[in-house]
Amino acid sequence: MSSDKFKRISVPISDEAIRSLKIGDSVLLSGVIVTGRDAVHKWFMDCFIAKTVPVSAEDAQVYEELKQLLRDGVIYHCGPVVSGLQDKNYRFVAAGPTTSIREEAYQGAVMEHFHMKGVIGKGGMGAKTLAACAKIPAVYFHAIGGAASLIAESVKQVRGVYKLEFGVPEALWVIRVEDFPVVVTMDSHGNSLHDEVQKNSLKKLEAVLGE
Amino acid sequence: MPDITNELVELVRLTSTDLPKSVQDALIEAREAEAEGSAAKAAMVSILENVEMSRRNMTPICQDTGTPLFFVKYGRGWEPGALKAQIRAAIAEATKRSYLRPNAVDSLHGKNTGNNLGDDNFPTIHFQEVDGETLTVDLMLKGGGCENVGRQYSLPDVQLGADRDLEGVRKVVLDAVYQAQGQGCAPGFLGVAIGGDRGSGYLVSKEALLAGLHEENPEPELAALEQRITAEANTLEIGPMGFGGKSTVLGTKIRSSHRLPASYFVTVSYMCWAYRHRTMIIEGNQVSYV
Repeated sequence: MSSDKFKRISVPISDEAIRSLKIGDSVLLSGVIVTGRDAVHKWFMDCFIAKTVPVSAEDAQVYEELKQLLRDGVIYHCGPVVSGLQDKNYRFVAAGPTTSIREEAYQGAVMEHFHMKGVIGKGGMGAKTLAACAKIPAVYFHAIGGAASLIAESVKQVRGVYKLEFGVPEALWVIRVEDFPVVVTMDSHGNSLHDEVQKNSLKKLEAVLGE
Repeated sequence: MPDITNELVELVRLTSTDLPKSVQDALIEAREAEAEGSAAKAAMVSILENVEMSRRNMTPICQDTGTPLFFVKYGRGWEPGALKAQIRAAIAEATKRSYLRPNAVDSLHGKNTGNNLGDDNFPTIHFQEVDGETLTVDLMLKGGGCENVGRQYSLPDVQLGADRDLEGVRKVVLDAVYQAQGQGCAPGFLGVAIGGDRGSGYLVSKEALLAGLHEENPEPELAALEQRITAEANTLEIGPMGFGGKSTVLGTKIRSSHRLPASYFVTVSYMCWAYRHRTMIIEGNQVSYV
């Protein structure tokens, strides 16, 4: 892949770097990020944000460690295929993004709570997340859905895993990535490529249905 | 009946890691159609790099290896009970070898079984007895992202102005493509069932996706509608991953079933670009994969 048209961004990410990103920018991300999807977002919300569920001592410890990892960091909506589960010699075999919109109810609050600078996923997210992106500031990075082997190649190291009891796809995997290819589709200036494409496609739909 | 567990593991490996050539060719065409320097072009380039890499490394094309959907046609001498046991053993083995992600989650307690074996419907296996002695096993791996954007319409649909005719079918299928945006991992493939009941509609919409990409629909009216829907879906400019662009749908397959006088369902199954479908045929001692 030629990398001249890519911006290189390192995690943790500065405010300045986030503000420089615009929708449509191709980015190569490097640094330590954390995977988390449906079960994780609900757990964050229930235990640490809305605090409707009591927290075990073990979970409280996990939370403290995650706060360090996620501050100015990035969460990746991904349920990977992982080898080496028997001997804990973990390796990501396939690691594309999962659909992000399922986390829309939680994402903005979770990002603000941990002061995250980005979310990686696919399909884009809604108004609440876009508002949080403007406020923090943060961006939504779109990975290529289904490009699982390619993305796994950019995962250089699996540093550890939390909440494996959620199952392999739903656990929090701490990974170090190098040159993870993504596209900014929601920026910190209130712009969403998804909104633009949807509005345009509605016009086109009306045109073909109106015939 | 022979033990074909190993042959079934190979079917799973091929399906998960080695995209059929016809699908890859359609993706190459889509890549060529996108504008130089666009996000859509970059997405298609990555998709095709990933296809090659998965085949070379024997790793899953997509980490969401989906619900394994088996369609088994068995002739004389094959026993569905034994075949089911061997399919389940093959799924567990393929999961151990990382060809599949453990995907079977208990809906009540949230626990993942860890080996892809859930209840009777996970993996999903459809059996059909046929004449002769041949065994044909179709396997499709369909991930959750595209499964979630599938839709079923009950016609007439006043809001969409869709009546109980092929023009109505056209309208609702295009609506499904619009509603899906990039969420189903466009550019996708559409399996459409006209008629049936709510349950059989979804089944037939998936069976429609088993037809070869270049197989002509035997119903000329449906063949024409397939072409028209594919062409019109691509005018919506949703594009690869929903980034905007020329390629939104790469193929449409439609099947018509009988229905009740009171019902007219149109069911759309959206298949992502990673259209993972393979067939294993056993005739005597000969095993072949398509």
